[in-house]
Amino acid sequence: MTKRAPDVSASPPRTRRSTYVFAPLVLIAANVVLFSLFFVWPAVIGLVYSFTNYTGVGAFQFVGVDNYHHLLGDSAFYSALTRTLLYAVLFVPLNFALSLLTANLLVSKHAKGASVARVLFFIPWLLSPIVVGVLWRWLFGENFGLVNYVIEKFGGSAVPWQSNADLSLIVVVMAASWAWTGFSMLLFIAAIKNVPVSYYEAASLDGAGPWRQFISITLPSIAPTSFIVILLNTINAMKEYPVFVALNNGGPGTSNNLLVQYIYETGFKRGQIGYASAASFVLMLILMAVALVQLFVNRRVENR
Amino acid sequence: MTTTDTPRPVDAGPGRAVSKKRPGGTGSGGLRRAVPATTLLWILACLYGLPVLWFILSSLKPASELFSYPLTLVPHNPTLSGYLTAWRSANFSQYFLNTALVCVITTILTVGVSCCTGYALAKYDNRWLKAFFLCILATTMLPGEVMLAPEFLVVRNLGLYNSFAGIILPAVLTATGCFMFRQFFLTVPDELVEAARIDGARELSIFLRIMVPISRPIMLTLAILSFQWRWNDYIWPLLMLNDPDKFTVQIGIQSIVGAQNINWSVLLGASVISMIPLIAIFLVFQRYVMGADINAGLKD
Repeated sequence: MTKRAPDVSASPPRTRRSTYVFAPLVLIAANVVLFSLFFVWPAVIGLVYSFTNYTGVGAFQFVGVDNYHHLLGDSAFYSALTRTLLYAVLFVPLNFALSLLTANLLVSKHAKGASVARVLFFIPWLLSPIVVGVLWRWLFGENFGLVNYVIEKFGGSAVPWQSNADLSLIVVVMAASWAWTGFSMLLFIAAIKNVPVSYYEAASLDGAGPWRQFISITLPSIAPTSFIVILLNTINAMKEYPVFVALNNGGPGTSNNLLVQYIYETGFKRGQIGYASAASFVLMLILMAVALVQLFVNRRVENR
Repeated sequence: MTTTDTPRPVDAGPGRAVSKKRPGGTGSGGLRRAVPATTLLWILACLYGLPVLWFILSSLKPASELFSYPLTLVPHNPTLSGYLTAWRSANFSQYFLNTALVCVITTILTVGVSCCTGYALAKYDNRWLKAFFLCILATTMLPGEVMLAPEFLVVRNLGLYNSFAGIILPAVLTATGCFMFRQFFLTVPDELVEAARIDGARELSIFLRIMVPISRPIMLTLAILSFQWRWNDYIWPLLMLNDPDKFTVQIGIQSIVGAQNINWSVLLGASVISMIPLIAIFLVFQRYVMGADINAGLKD
């Protein structure tokens, strides 16, 4: 019966289905309203304001592409942009590698105590970005942190984790990768578990070792999930702000101000809403480009 | 209603069954492989657990012991004074209640709205729904942080500035939630709906009386995710709230970090207090997060 059921009901409901207009409309109504209020409306006025000198209050004038023109020559914007891209380039692969490694270890039947370890890997994800920042600030404090204490104990000299811009960025990369491993790991675990066991059995009959199996079976099979993980993490990296604010407040100085912090400070601290909107649209274009590139790459990988 | 016992589509849950018998050693060479895998797993687990452990143990130290060398892992005189000072100072208990209120309301709304939308997207088929599906997809590409300034102006123009509604309403629509429910309802056989229609049930009562009850596991999963998102939100509440009585926990913690001289004892106490609710919820409902095929919600 189960075999026949889809065939019987396949064609008539399809035509009948489309006559249901009222019910689905009621069901999506709330989200349609929310979508237009908090997505379409801001997107439209954001685009409009990016061509004005609006300050948040009072009248404003259209200034054409002046904002965008200024952005091109704004060194603070450039350094925020390059810093954000550098952060993404460091964070995304590190997080990818760590979460794939932990996911593989956790589904491997050789590793004992996986259920407890899984909780340990996941707990950092539950912490808020602010707390993650505080925690790593406490760990990597220059004069009081545990890490420098251990380094000095073993005869090294204190590392300037806070006052060196690059080391400071690396601490944030480590902190963020640590915090985000849990979620990516869950996605990978689900994907790895869905790879048919028979593939591995066939491969090991043919004499393929664990590493070979991982490269030739696991990796290609979880490609769609890898795509999702990279996409989500890239978006997260591009909009990172709270971890930085709690860890080093975008410092030392302004050297680690990322794009969102730049937008926040120009828009809300200096009241240049129009200018900040223009910067927002640059960020939006980058995110769209990332999404399109990844979609394209994913298609090609899947069609191969 | 005979169709209820139609087998679920294949992808509903082979995961756990498969995991038991991973490939590789067939028993004899087990130990040789078990040792490196287990060692590596536990080295990593310790690396992940250590920062949190150090943080929590530090928070139990009295302020005088925090910076006294040599540093010790276990506090000599464990005390809760950091927590008590944090809880009493600077309205922190008020922040805690505010955050809890915002989280609970947002979570209930998110689950309800996502369930309705997910069902409509899965079980009905017309052009508008397809278009709306793409619209929701677009929101994943453009997170709120991208449109900080204009979204702020919209919420202000709606008269929601400095109110909880201003942080609740913009957070209700989530693509992840809609997709999770859509994916779940796609696995529910259409025949179930058809049968109920033949029995004369009205469309919305099919949804409310049949579909809502069977989607309870997804509801819990999304509720936990949503609670985590909202509890940890920082930038949007920071923009929206002006009145210190309405601040959320994250803003409270950040205001301690932002001070000229950080009071680490209070900061550690406040941070650990803010971690407790989520970790408690997670430990209780662990299987709804760990067991959930969250992937299904995000893919496609």
